[in-house]
Amino acid sequence: MSIAVAVHNLTKHYGDITAVDHISFEVKQGEIFGFLGPNGAGKTTTIRILTGIIKPDEGTATIMGHDIEKEPLQAKQIMGIVPEMSNAYIDLSAWNNLMLIGELYGVPKKQRTERANKLLEKFGLFDRRDQLVRGFSKGMKQRLILCMALINEPSILFLDEPTSGLDVESAKMIREIIKELNSVGATVFLTTHNMDEANRLCDRIAILNHGMIAAIDTPENLRMKSSSLQSIEVSFDHSVSANDLAKIPCTTQVEKMGDKIKIYTSDPSETLNCIMDYAHSHNMRIITLNTLAPSLEEVFLKLTQTKHEG
Amino acid sequence: MPSTTIFWEQLKRSFAITKKDIRIYYSKGPVVVFGLIFPLFLFLAFTIGRNLSAEELFPGLIGMAVFFTATSVGPAILPWETRSKTLERLACSPVSIWAIFFGDILASFIFGILISLVPLGIALIIGVEIMDLLTLSLGMILATLCFASLSVLLSVYPPTDIPATVMMLSSLIKFPLVFISGVFAPIEQLPEWARIAASLSPLTYFTDLARYAINGISYYSVSVDLVVLATFMSVFLVSSVKLHEKFLPQRFS
Repeated sequence: MSIAVAVHNLTKHYGDITAVDHISFEVKQGEIFGFLGPNGAGKTTTIRILTGIIKPDEGTATIMGHDIEKEPLQAKQIMGIVPEMSNAYIDLSAWNNLMLIGELYGVPKKQRTERANKLLEKFGLFDRRDQLVRGFSKGMKQRLILCMALINEPSILFLDEPTSGLDVESAKMIREIIKELNSVGATVFLTTHNMDEANRLCDRIAILNHGMIAAIDTPENLRMKSSSLQSIEVSFDHSVSANDLAKIPCTTQVEKMGDKIKIYTSDPSETLNCIMDYAHSHNMRIITLNTLAPSLEEVFLKLTQTKHEG
Repeated sequence: MPSTTIFWEQLKRSFAITKKDIRIYYSKGPVVVFGLIFPLFLFLAFTIGRNLSAEELFPGLIGMAVFFTATSVGPAILPWETRSKTLERLACSPVSIWAIFFGDILASFIFGILISLVPLGIALIIGVEIMDLLTLSLGMILATLCFASLSVLLSVYPPTDIPATVMMLSSLIKFPLVFISGVFAPIEQLPEWARIAASLSPLTYFTDLARYAINGISYYSVSVDLVVLATFMSVFLVSSVKLHEKFLPQRFS
């Protein structure tokens, strides 16, 4: 599979602050690549460098083989962008916003008219096409911004927090469109705070913290790799002391949750045997027993907090 | 792609920005009224009671109309678009920085020319005889382009998102330029120090050209007026693009 985005040693400083610190990664064509991180981790700075809005202090970034610093026009021509801090022109109608962006991407008039009609229909904005964007809700504006990002039929789509603050219906629609675009070959570079969204949409995820890549892998591998976050949820027919269970080998943490106890372990198999032994030796019956992989949110928190504490 | 093809393609995208500017910023009633009324009232304030003929008044009036209309909106566009977060959308589109700002300059130019045609038309209706319409037209085109470039240059620094800040700072430059430019009195009637100051303002050369076109008298020769106006225009045009290239990223920090 060829490479859609190649980032090497990318660095950006703002005064004494290093917003992006020598990061390197690749995004394959046809992938949905998630870029996660807490506020101030450097996500937006990275996406601004990749979309040619700001220049890096060090390193390189290429989009479909075009260096964003050396060939910015060629690189931007094949992108669709939904910037986090972007807006449509509120004093223009939805239609005129689309025509403007179409012209800025050099889309011929006939094509941009056809595409604008299709996109507005698809995003449920056709009936409002002649109204000024000033009167649009946040969800409608975001749908229009996505239409604007798609008017040039991009090979790669950069989405910076596309569903942030949206109503459920608009967020769902945008997620479905992302999946649909990806299914016809578009590469998607997505930054989000929403772990569930990242988990459901992304083929791979990079977790950024303090300007550095803390982890990069598939959502499932990230969860599996965080062995200390694997856990067993157990309940007995008698109440037990969490402190007793904390003595079980390989246990890293014990948490009482109502009538259940959650035991975090680095070796679920060994811990499972110990729990059975414990139940037998105390003449108790096990009511429920579940082995749980960590959620992406737990992995994210662990990775970002570890670095923060470090 | 050959560089000439890229240039023409970028120029077409500049026109898209020009259309957007005209739709959003220039085609508003208050902007048009301001463009017409403000230079007229400022001019009347300085000429009423001086018993001058229409031929003597007109070069100053057309000079002020061209200057104030071409510089009226340009400085506010960039801070406004920074604030409304539309500048970031433009910056990530496949349009060169020169093409973005040339589009803004072109919008100011079109607005300046169209509004300045109104006092020109009035002058013709009331019987002001224009001896050299070609020189006046050429001067108007050069001067409007020059002032439109100046208007975009005025928004370079500080890279703020507050339009009022830029408008205030640009007024600090625009008004002194008008007062030193021989708009209210012919240059030859000014004292030596004022003549030196007048030579530093591009408006001086357009007003001088307008005097020549209407009265056949000018302080500088027509070729000097045209060459100096073209020089000012080139300097403003190139420096506004170069300086915006330098300071634009600061607007996204």
